[in-house]
Amino acid sequence: MAGTALRGRLTWQQATVTGLVAETSNTRSIVFDLPDWPGHRAGQHVDVRLTAEDGYQAERSYSIASAPEDPHVVLTVERLDDGEVSPYLVDELRIGDEVELRGPVGGHFVWESTCDSPVLLVAGGSGVVPFRSMLRHHAAAGSTVPMRLLYSARSRETLIYADEFTRLGGRGGIDIRVTLTRENPGTWPGERGRIDRDFLTRTGLPPAEEPLVYVCGPTAFVETVANTLVDLGHGPGRIRTERFGGTGTP
Amino acid sequence: MMAFTRNFHGKRRAEADPARVPPGQYVTPGFPVLSAGPTPKVVAGDWTFTVRGAATSPVTWTWEAMRALPAESITVDIHCVTKWSKLDTSWTGVSLDILLDSVETRAGYAVAFSEGGYTTNLPMADLTGGKAWLVHEFGGAPLEPEHGGPVRLLVPHLYFWKSAKWVRGLELREQNEPGFWERYGYHDYGDPWREQRYAGD
Repeated sequence: MAGTALRGRLTWQQATVTGLVAETSNTRSIVFDLPDWPGHRAGQHVDVRLTAEDGYQAERSYSIASAPEDPHVVLTVERLDDGEVSPYLVDELRIGDEVELRGPVGGHFVWESTCDSPVLLVAGGSGVVPFRSMLRHHAAAGSTVPMRLLYSARSRETLIYADEFTRLGGRGGIDIRVTLTRENPGTWPGERGRIDRDFLTRTGLPPAEEPLVYVCGPTAFVETVANTLVDLGHGPGRIRTERFGGTGTP
Repeated sequence: MMAFTRNFHGKRRAEADPARVPPGQYVTPGFPVLSAGPTPKVVAGDWTFTVRGAATSPVTWTWEAMRALPAESITVDIHCVTKWSKLDTSWTGVSLDILLDSVETRAGYAVAFSEGGYTTNLPMADLTGGKAWLVHEFGGAPLEPEHGGPVRLLVPHLYFWKSAKWVRGLELREQNEPGFWERYGYHDYGDPWREQRYAGD
């Protein structure tokens, strides 16, 4: 509309790939250079749009893996074998390539370093991506609130950000507990098994501390964890959820 | 200006009729679950639906009262702002025309409110005229809790966040007021065919 300020309007931007990091065999981080990035909050996502030569387009949403304080926007993408966009981003994209990007989007599944509640993050698989942004934000902003990540992965080979989490764990209130669901006995010294009621009781933050809780992962994981947290006494209004990866089952 | 993505060809879904898939959407056979918090536990027998707010005294239907109203089966395509579309979904429920017929109002807007605190705003014109339903069955079976059961709103011509899960009523308003996602930067109206995803689209 003429004369109406386009305040908050999100426009598509050309984003240039300046870095690629293989996190696992099916997950990689993509570093983007964006000429006009408005900044983001930890936990937000972006829309990515790819355009074929005949004009055909495909769009998907991805969580931002970098902190607001980081100099570049980073996405970490997991390849879905029957996917349309993720195989391109994980296998094909090279440094110097350009894709269109729009964002940041979302204002609910975010964490601000000015928030003084303890924080419990519960991740299944690539659901850990927005939490990497929150953990980095916590460290960069010098927050001292307890922030505990419970991270479930199938095996050591599928763990993403393992080295970074080792460095971040134990610093400034950050506590990271990784559990592997399919690792062979004896080869992993840490937690093993699913994030179930027992695991949450043993390693989560107690409801009495009134933590803000964020749960992210595949639908079944999020559904089970969120229900269990409510059963354990966490207020439903303090639990924020985001579902990841694929489009569910018929 | 169209910028091509080097060596991207896409994975065209030949089975999907492009005339039924809005821009930016892809068709999925699955039924993804999206919600901002835990799934509320709502027992059908305890469920009520209340229309309240501007220019009306509140009217409440119980589960039994709602089920006693004429139900219809609807087969429609649905479109989520997160880019998936699902074609030919079948639902059973009560047209909001039937419920709103008994409510005297000149309100132009409504905010649907849900168990758990979720809200979303819609013009009354989008809730009437055969465009919106309270549905309790999906695919011939009771609506699963994670999809909004026992009862959700179904407004298939708008992005699916407008089809509030676990709906408990409508607050009628003379002025438009944003709901949950609308306050977080999502579009006020949400027409998939005009790609009204975010504020300003």
